Amino acid sequence: MRLRSTIAALAVSAVLPAATAHATDLEVMHWWTSGGEAAAVAEFAKAFDATGNHWVDAAFAGPGEQARAIMVSRITGGDPMGAFQFNHGRQAEDLIEAGLLRDLTDIAEAEGWKDVVNPPSLLDGCTVDGRIYCTPVNIHSWQWLWLSHKAYEDAGVPVPTNWDEFVAAAPALKEKGILPMAVGQQSWQQSGLFNVLMSSLVPVEIFEKVYGDKDAEVAAGPEVARVFKAAADAREMSDGSTVQSWNEATNLVITGKAGGQIMGDWAQGEFSVAEQKAGSDYSCLPGLGVTEVLGTGGDAFYFPVLDDEEKSKAQAELAALLLKPAVQVAFNLKKGSLPVRGDIDLSTANDCMQKGLKLLAENKLVPDTNQLLTPDTTSQINDLFAEFFADASITPEDAQKRFADIIASAD
Amino acid sequence: MASGRPNQLFRNKTAKIAAIPMILTAMVVFIGGTGWTVVYSFTKSKLLPKLEWVGFDQYERLWSTNRWIVSIENLAIYGLSMLVLSFVLGFLLAALMDQKIRFENTFRTIMLYPFALSFIVTGLVWQWLLNPEFGIQQIVRNLGWESFTFDPLYNPDLAIFGVMLAALWQGSGLVMVLMLAGLRGIDEEIWKAARIDGIPTWKTYLFIIIPMLRPVFITALVLITSGIIRVYDLVVAQTSGGPGLATEMPAKYVYDYMFRAQNLGQAFAASTMMLLAVLVVVVPWAMMEFGGKKND
Repeated sequence: MRLRSTIAALAVSAVLPAATAHATDLEVMHWWTSGGEAAAVAEFAKAFDATGNHWVDAAFAGPGEQARAIMVSRITGGDPMGAFQFNHGRQAEDLIEAGLLRDLTDIAEAEGWKDVVNPPSLLDGCTVDGRIYCTPVNIHSWQWLWLSHKAYEDAGVPVPTNWDEFVAAAPALKEKGILPMAVGQQSWQQSGLFNVLMSSLVPVEIFEKVYGDKDAEVAAGPEVARVFKAAADAREMSDGSTVQSWNEATNLVITGKAGGQIMGDWAQGEFSVAEQKAGSDYSCLPGLGVTEVLGTGGDAFYFPVLDDEEKSKAQAELAALLLKPAVQVAFNLKKGSLPVRGDIDLSTANDCMQKGLKLLAENKLVPDTNQLLTPDTTSQINDLFAEFFADASITPEDAQKRFADIIASAD
Repeated sequence: MASGRPNQLFRNKTAKIAAIPMILTAMVVFIGGTGWTVVYSFTKSKLLPKLEWVGFDQYERLWSTNRWIVSIENLAIYGLSMLVLSFVLGFLLAALMDQKIRFENTFRTIMLYPFALSFIVTGLVWQWLLNPEFGIQQIVRNLGWESFTFDPLYNPDLAIFGVMLAALWQGSGLVMVLMLAGLRGIDEEIWKAARIDGIPTWKTYLFIIIPMLRPVFITALVLITSGIIRVYDLVVAQTSGGPGLATEMPAKYVYDYMFRAQNLGQAFAASTMMLLAVLVVVVPWAMMEFGGKKND
């Protein structure tokens, strides 16, 4: 009896590994770690596990630029993961050129991505020399001003409806000890804020001329001077903000300790995790309530070239899966971002997302800076704004001069 | 021997053969790697190394970049004050420890303990301690001093000293132990002789003991300076270079441009400049230290 059960146990243990061998482990690297982000990425993992494969989650807790550094060194160092998240655009240019990333054109054609991905510019961001190298999964736009109703009630002023009112209300908030504007002390947040001011406060052509055509004369011109003036206002309003990461800053808005924050629509996820209601607990102003346009940045998954056939098959399954309608809805509702398919129903989305969807449908869009600038230029701009926001002695004029120099040398 | 003096090259054969792997490693990894870096600093390599020559363009850009200049200034301020303070502090602690005090072992352990922590952990601990919301400032305010302000990491003028505070806390224990070992090696007779001659203790330390500790000082100097030049992780953990550019360091510039900005050429130019700076200091010193000996 005992012998039999031992044999049975042995037999079971011998069968078990064989049974799991069908499920291919695929390591997926990303930097989605805040509450809303983690909930969203879990939707991907759930859907992928349901196909019989196994999603090995390799989340990097830290800013995206650090995560990208680690991913790149793993790929160039010959230890590639199964899939990784990047912002689509020029970040992966060199990796593609070196032939390190998998060509997804076959999958894209089989799944008809060209017909479903909306706006089409997203797929352009994944295309190099006519071949498609990434799967866009969402659209993120930077151009949002998030406002805390509680903070404005406490200060006894109405909730602003545009940037100018927001600036004008600042002294009333300050008097009550409320920080008028929360800005995390990380350079990507500071330069992101500036880019939002640039796309919202002056005509959109200026944004495209400066970042798209790298026109240094426009960058030194009077319109951009106005943007720098507004950035100086932002610097004054955020004086005394000691938080580092963006979600800590969003948390100040959620708890009413800060009036508002300029941050991309990913902040939406934090408001939902905190069970705040759009419209009554907080407001969102796309395009700062001035020029209502949205950027079409976002996240995409890239797949390194792998030798392992099983894993390559799993990669193809994952690539196709990420764009399936059900997965898109589940993921984007949690993430607070807009789906990349125009043909799915998002009626369950809240106020703010509906505003975004409307702008998307009306095609009021600007390209994202990641699609226009190399990481090199982006870091130079980040360094400039890190300095500008920390040191009030740098005048807007000086900063603009240095900004124009960076644009002049950009490629 | 009939064949006269054996060839210098073949003396101590076994020892030389045993050293071959190390010599090869040094040649390939250190010298080869350094040479490769210098060569590629003259190219416009982006994410991956490419041999497209651009002459001194990367260097021109480097020296016109504000962040690089600020990094050098920061390193100079940090380096000088760190060097002086860790010597003074380390020596003072060692001298105090040498007064035949009770519980010496316990104190020595406490002082040396921080050295067992990595820079990342040290940085995080001090980031919390210096955080105005729940660090030292808050504790003192809770005790009743409402207007007490101590937030060096959030003040661009003081942030570099906030970083140095953590580095001192971590490193001065090691200097102390080195100095203490040196002090214990001093012959008791010297102290007796100085006492009989009526020389005050501080004078004995300054004019007799310290000159005798020269080898210990040089060891400590090498350890401290190498720690200063490669300071990176401490800054990343504590301030990530902020506020603004107040605690940026050259090593961080190299890393950021290599990996984040995907601009290898620029990063290599910066690291070549770092190497050059080290050589300018080390070569004359090494020539003085080792070159002189042959003539003795």
